Amino acid sequence: MQITELAKLTEAQVRCGNGLMHTEILYAAASDLMSDVLTIHHDGMVLLTGLANMQTIRTAEMSDIHCVVLLRNKKATPEMVELAAEHNIILLESPFTMFKACGVLFNAGVQSVY
Amino acid sequence: MQLQYDIEGGNFTKAGFASSEIKKVLKQLNVDAATIKRIVVSSYEAEVNIVAHAYKGAVTVVIDHEKIVMQYQDEGPGIPDIEQAMVAGYSTASPEVREMGFGAGMGLPNIHKNADDLLIESEVNKGTLVTITIYLKQEGGQ
Repeated sequence: MQITELAKLTEAQVRCGNGLMHTEILYAAASDLMSDVLTIHHDGMVLLTGLANMQTIRTAEMSDIHCVVLLRNKKATPEMVELAAEHNIILLESPFTMFKACGVLFNAGVQSVY
Repeated sequence: MQLQYDIEGGNFTKAGFASSEIKKVLKQLNVDAATIKRIVVSSYEAEVNIVAHAYKGAVTVVIDHEKIVMQYQDEGPGIPDIEQAMVAGYSTASPEVREMGFGAGMGLPNIHKNADDLLIESEVNKGTLVTITIYLKQEGGQ
């Protein structure tokens, strides 16, 4: 699935990475715990999270995660947007709960990492 | 090649800066993507541990044609029982650290999983030295 479709399905706003919206993703991980995210090695993965801080973006950078969706109406700070842009990470903000976002993306064919 | 970065205890805003710089250098050296991920995930976990638990620290990185050795040295409370600290899920992290998305007792086990060699030396009330060694492969090579 392209990020463009993912953003549409989760009613998300794009905070940065507009030029990268055709990137393909295969998997999704949903977690507020970055310690868990750092144990995942799948490529082509989107991170769904309610944790909106600098370490969310740093974790995505270290794990080669190209798209982060902030859920539950959480907003990215300007510093988060700047860091995400520097590392070509697409940063989205969705009003959906984690449960709803997972359900919508699972139904659309996005796979779990295990 | 040798690199060195200071790490500030308690400052989560800057946590990850050193690992980000290491990643840039490894990309320039054309190290393969899977190996870079193992290195920077290990590095980031060790860096976050210093930010979460120590007063201050530094990482010294030595890269040669076959391996990278990263030494994370901190001044802090130390680890009283290293064997227990290596058990997945064991954590002494503060609520503030957990609010940042860490402190689940996954850091050291995850470094162990990603590293080819991991050595932890610690003295209570003095500090900890974590030495991580990972062997390199060039992109498209052996």
